[in-house]
Amino acid sequence: MSRRRDNYENSRWRKFERWLDGEIDPLSAKGIETVVPDSSSAQNQAGTGLSGGAVQDLAQAYLQNLEAKAERPDSDFNGYMETEPRESGQMAIQLKEDGQTEPELWKVEETDQKRQKEREERGIRIYRRFYQIMSVLLCMGIILVLLWTIAYLPIFGNAGNPDNNEVSARYIEQGLKETGAVNIVTGMILDYRAFDTFGESCVLFIASCCVLVLLRTDHHSQEETDSSLSDRMYEPKNDMILQKCACVLVPVILVFGIYMILNGHLSPGGGFSGGAVLGSGLILYLNAFGFAKTERFFNAKVYRRVTVSALTFYCLAKSYSFFTGANHLESGIPLGTPGAIISSGLILPLNICVGLVVACTMYAFYTLFRKGGI
Amino acid sequence: MTLVQNFPFFSIIIAMFSGILSSVLNSRQARNVSLAAILITTAMSGAVLGYCLGTGESYTYMMGHFPAPWGNEIRAGVLEGLTALLFGIVMLLSVVGGMKHTFEDVEASKINLFFIMIDLMLSSLLALIYTNDLFTAYVFVEINTIAGCGLIMIRQKGRSFGAAIRYMIMSQLGSGLFLIGLTLLYDVTGHLLMSPAKEAVAAIEAAGNYEIPMLVILAVISVGLAIKSGLYPFHSWIPDTYGYATPTASAILSGLVSKGYLFLLIKIFYRVLGQENVIASRIVNVLFLFGLAGMIMGSVHAILEWDTRRMIAYSSVAQIGYIYMGIGLGTQAGMVAAVFHMFTHSATKALLFISAVGLYEVSGGKKDFVSLRGAGNRNPLAGVGFTVGALSMVGFPMLSGFISKLLFATSALQSPHKMMFTIIGLAVSTILNAVYFLRLVITLYARPKKKESLREAYGSEGDAREAGKQEERVKKACESEGDARAGKEVGNRKETNEAGNENAAGEQLGKQHISWGLGTAICGFILLNLFLGMMSQPVVQAIANGLAMFD
Repeated sequence: MSRRRDNYENSRWRKFERWLDGEIDPLSAKGIETVVPDSSSAQNQAGTGLSGGAVQDLAQAYLQNLEAKAERPDSDFNGYMETEPRESGQMAIQLKEDGQTEPELWKVEETDQKRQKEREERGIRIYRRFYQIMSVLLCMGIILVLLWTIAYLPIFGNAGNPDNNEVSARYIEQGLKETGAVNIVTGMILDYRAFDTFGESCVLFIASCCVLVLLRTDHHSQEETDSSLSDRMYEPKNDMILQKCACVLVPVILVFGIYMILNGHLSPGGGFSGGAVLGSGLILYLNAFGFAKTERFFNAKVYRRVTVSALTFYCLAKSYSFFTGANHLESGIPLGTPGAIISSGLILPLNICVGLVVACTMYAFYTLFRKGGI
Repeated sequence: MTLVQNFPFFSIIIAMFSGILSSVLNSRQARNVSLAAILITTAMSGAVLGYCLGTGESYTYMMGHFPAPWGNEIRAGVLEGLTALLFGIVMLLSVVGGMKHTFEDVEASKINLFFIMIDLMLSSLLALIYTNDLFTAYVFVEINTIAGCGLIMIRQKGRSFGAAIRYMIMSQLGSGLFLIGLTLLYDVTGHLLMSPAKEAVAAIEAAGNYEIPMLVILAVISVGLAIKSGLYPFHSWIPDTYGYATPTASAILSGLVSKGYLFLLIKIFYRVLGQENVIASRIVNVLFLFGLAGMIMGSVHAILEWDTRRMIAYSSVAQIGYIYMGIGLGTQAGMVAAVFHMFTHSATKALLFISAVGLYEVSGGKKDFVSLRGAGNRNPLAGVGFTVGALSMVGFPMLSGFISKLLFATSALQSPHKMMFTIIGLAVSTILNAVYFLRLVITLYARPKKKESLREAYGSEGDAREAGKQEERVKKACESEGDARAGKEVGNRKETNEAGNENAAGEQLGKQHISWGLGTAICGFILLNLFLGMMSQPVVQAIANGLAMFD
């Protein structure tokens, strides 16, 4: 844990340095504090030639004055200096002429305040330390309880475990026949439990809405300040290495993403992972060629249309399926031959929808963080 | 299968679809779509309630072509229908009541996003109510959390960002614990649907296996949902969240969101873990103690609070404490009282937040006791609304709060060990409630300190003023509330507030009429409160029936 120290003057290293320079004696306790009222008055004595007693009196009078004016925080040294000459004119004039004594007197007051502040800060520090220790202890306690629980759970991968029941058996045995998807996982998330997956796509949708609320800047009047603040100014323009690499990589990434989405019901992959790949391809393209080129084919309007149409299609298609299922009607959607690219009923279009939503969400997050808009 | 049985599914899908649609609409269209969606879903919930009351039994609804342990499922019964109906009404009134402030607080280009949040919040609440599947519940808990964050931070002023971050951290902690609980539960039962999971739990309990994991599951799920609903030691997000959000968001978050989690917790207790197991595990005693602590400490915090909106928020902590105390009693009657208090609180707290808005409007947007002096005379309807809400919270007869306190007290008589604590806790909390609520009510009808100067300002300026100028000033007053709060810390609060009050209240006096939305909402909430207070018997009966159907 590293912590920034702001009192460098009082740090051990600085003391060591000063000792090396021969400024102070580190073994004596005094002289460690950089600002000590006594030493300041002593310096005063030597420097100005005033009698020490007079300066001390002045300091005391000043402090008393401060106490009296404690309710008015704006009463300052200058005000005091203005009223003082009536009482002891000669001395104050001398002080004013000197110029060096004023800061020294200020330091007397500052050290007092500093000490009080330090006392308060120490209380806060102790509380923070206590808080840290307690939170670590609490976390350790929760971790211990959870680990202890795991010891009592069924052994992982055991055939007799409770989760090896009729549910997973039917998914494995009948999954292909009932959903038409060779990839059982896709069949599970987009057919058996499609409602949950719809919820998950809505989670993505509402998360991107929240980021829009937070990061989209709509003040067109402040265009100048925005453009100076936004990242757009600093984006690397015409970076040859990046552009050449992107030329090679982006088509491959995009095609692979599309392949993962379209082939989701036949091989590992599907809408969520394929969409993430697509989104990363878009982000790479954006980084290489800048906003101007990307916005020619992907701007806020396209984003909105794609997201809304994908989610709407998902919503309507699955509503139809849920409705017919619950009312024991035939859905009339052919499952096709398992293994063919056009098969497994609604799973392929749903995968495309989920993939589009995920890709758009990833790209939207990135651009919103970069420039506060899509 | 009749058409009515499809309504729970329709209402969830309609709410979600309106949210999706709103992202391409402008603010006005989004508002209309949202209001229409809330109206339709409320009507459908009413129909479901009627149908279930008629048949006298609950039913499950298959989401897709696959039956129970394989596919998703939702379930509707009397309690689900009743809760959905009430939530719909409260949501409608909150949205209507805070409409003007929504359009003021939220940037013009982001209002449709606000209504997306409202729509998805509604759909997630409905899904939490109707769900019969643990993982569906988790997914919609997620939607609910994110929508809640959006609702808080969409008012991009003052401390709402800090409040949203705090809410997000605490809420994610709760979601995480809940998810850990679900994972462990799946590991020992092998089911995610509630009905088969319950059978598996019963088999486990009978065989005596997995005693420790079951206890941990129970604890982790209870604590996770308790954090999300704001039980006392985990309440630190409540005052900021409810205090700094836009009024509609405050009303919805305090009135509905925490209740959604509570409903889910009760449903899991009954439908999955088995109420008798929960009672046997003594976790109810922990909830009972936390609930009692919340009842007292929430009220104490509320008394110490200067900002009235934060005061109402702290009062929520106390009321959530009541509900957990009812759950903690561990009897059927206690649970009925808890559910009834859930309804009471969602109707009353939303009324308080919404009518408080009307009072702030006529006090220059300030929220402290000094500025609110005499606000009840300046805005009579809001004053009456706030008074009704406050009296209901204190437990005045004929209002819903009285019935729930009566139910708590009578149900306490059935559990001998907890009777003393419950009754004493109720008495102390009622007195504390009365201290802070009646103090504010009396302040509302007290004479303003500088009445003449206010009148002069109003009289001389009132006619010459232009409408546009006035609106500008109102906005400025609203924005300056952050400064007022800073001034409070310095300690010269009184001077600044009174000085600000003079101008602001003087300007505001011209605006005697309140927006029709606010008036309608306050009237609706008062009627709802009176209904719950005076016609409580059928509601209590329906709750008891619904809880019986859970088994």
